[in-house]
Amino acid sequence: MSAPAPAAVRPSVVQAVARGRRRRSSRRLLVAVALAVLAVAAFAVTLMAGQTFYPPGDVLGVILGERVPGASFTVGRLRLPRGVLAVVAGFSFGLAGVTFQTMLRNPLASPDIIGISSGASAAAAIAIVSLSLGGTQVSVLAIVSALLVALLVYVLAFRDGVVGTRLILIGIGISAILDSVTSYALSRAGDWDLQEAMRWLTGSLNGTTWDQVLPALVALAVLTPVLLSRAHDLSAMQLGDDTGAALGVRVERTRITVIVAAVGLIAFATSAAGPIAFVAFLSGPIAARLVGAGGSLLVPAGLVGALLVLVADFAGQFAFDARFPVGVVTGVLGAPYLIYLIVRTHRAGGSL
Amino acid sequence: MTSVRTDRPPDAALVRRPARVRALWLLVVVAVLAALMVASVALGSRDVSWADVWAALGGSDASLEQAAVAKRIPRTLLAVVIGAALGLSGAVMQGVTRNPLADPGILGVNMGASLAVVSAVAFFGLTAPTGYIWVAMAGAALSAVFVYAVGSLGRGGPTPLKLALAGAVTSAACASFVSAVVLPRNDIAGSFRLWQIGGVGGASYERIGQILPFLAVGFAVCLLSARALNSLALGDELAAGLGERVAVIRATAALGAVVLCGTATAAAGPIGFVGLVVPHACRLLAGVDHRWTLPFSALTGAALLTAADAAGRVVARPADVEVGIVTALIGAPFFIYIVRRQKVRDL
Repeated sequence: MSAPAPAAVRPSVVQAVARGRRRRSSRRLLVAVALAVLAVAAFAVTLMAGQTFYPPGDVLGVILGERVPGASFTVGRLRLPRGVLAVVAGFSFGLAGVTFQTMLRNPLASPDIIGISSGASAAAAIAIVSLSLGGTQVSVLAIVSALLVALLVYVLAFRDGVVGTRLILIGIGISAILDSVTSYALSRAGDWDLQEAMRWLTGSLNGTTWDQVLPALVALAVLTPVLLSRAHDLSAMQLGDDTGAALGVRVERTRITVIVAAVGLIAFATSAAGPIAFVAFLSGPIAARLVGAGGSLLVPAGLVGALLVLVADFAGQFAFDARFPVGVVTGVLGAPYLIYLIVRTHRAGGSL
Repeated sequence: MTSVRTDRPPDAALVRRPARVRALWLLVVVAVLAALMVASVALGSRDVSWADVWAALGGSDASLEQAAVAKRIPRTLLAVVIGAALGLSGAVMQGVTRNPLADPGILGVNMGASLAVVSAVAFFGLTAPTGYIWVAMAGAALSAVFVYAVGSLGRGGPTPLKLALAGAVTSAACASFVSAVVLPRNDIAGSFRLWQIGGVGGASYERIGQILPFLAVGFAVCLLSARALNSLALGDELAAGLGERVAVIRATAALGAVVLCGTATAAAGPIGFVGLVVPHACRLLAGVDHRWTLPFSALTGAALLTAADAAGRVVARPADVEVGIVTALIGAPFFIYIVRRQKVRDL
């Protein structure tokens, strides 16, 4: 609030602080509920609207397992897996992205900029194109290589402690290598299959099947509770490692748990939908603007991510003359924001 | 300016390389380049005999082998001129910004040129290859100015890491716009995907002829600014005290570098990291005098790109590995090494 109050009126200061906390936490709740409602609404719209419109009754019927002529195929086989993957991948990217941004205290330190998504997509592209593996094996390879890349970036950036900017630049270098590996794997693919290529270069939900959705869904269901249970420790660690330790956080253990869980989310989502460009990077800062200072951003950022992917995928399919994969839409949205962010952090002076 | 650091501590032995040592190294580099050019013509997915190579060099394409060699000659020449352009422009950019991390790829200049070309082809129906070059140079210049402006914001001016970060971010942003422009256009998507990786395949004498005048201007401007860059290396104030017009030098030299890398991008796509690695290697060979390092960088850049292209053709026979992929695999680890060497207080 304003100027420090004199000692005599301390009770009212306590009240003011408590009131502020209540206000902020109710705002957080309100924002989270609003985001959830919006995400559900967007999900419903993507199921109903499209080349042909199906009324809510038909869509509900399909979801409940009834046979509705026409809708059973269009909604049940085409739109439902696609919509579910949009929600799952968006939530995973948003959640994992904000976890990294919080932990490294830098909005640029999101997994799609520091090379973790590139690692997952390089492994997936090689596994599919060169080794002709399928389903589970691809996911396993993607998660292993994403973890290895995360470890590599961290180790390379470690010199008298990890400094944010160095980690980001090293991540950018690593992702340059991995992107060229992906390009190579794709250029070896027999015919130049643009759909498949786009999936691994920018991310796409075209032609989603349940086989792709399930692993990502399971990973989300398992890893989200892990991350959310660490939310409190994570905000304590934002004050610095030493302060965090003094506040009773087991810093190293928390960090490892959080990194493994977040990388797992990224890898599973990437192996299903490709590295949907900039979603992990955008969700956190947007959620921070909506929620305001203080408090955990994990759930709001996940919801923002889900909403972003749903809306971008829908817009990419129907808003333009041509059909864009979702990653291109989010990429175009994210690029100006990326530049705005770098301008703002530089102007604010000091470190990022 | 306290924030400015040269990339290596002052070391008398390196600063004052005797002219004889430099001349010797120059000969070695020229010899290596010549050997690599021969290797690049002789090696490829099809094995050819030396007799065929000689015959093809003489202009014959009677047999399949000789025709294959005849196709490799313009490709090798293109790799040589593009490599020289990228190496030299990297060296000049490192001099102008006094930044060991400067490189047309890392600073986002190549991607800016790439975005400009792609947009002009998709939206304005540009087809003339000479038009490509003008558009690419405009894009390169715009993104160079933009990155420098963003990197100079805030305290401490354009520090190496701030510039690199601004460049990488601009590069990522441009790349995502490039995908958005290219993707819905099936007619151009296929060829642009390959072009965007960066490669010298599909070269022809005609294409080389188109870019040569531009490259000649760029080479001349860059090489003539060598002495001024030496003064600039002492710091802006000292350079001004020595009678140099600092802003003019910066603008001229940067313009030369932008002409070089814009033209290179128009001809071969955004090839990264050549301009980063080469000047560092050349300073080890020739010391820090720009009058020596600039020509050295051009020669070494040509050698590096020729070697990368030949290696890309040999390792995955019968397929080609695009040269842009090979240079990223060589250059990115080097980039990481330099980032790691920077002290914490610069970060």
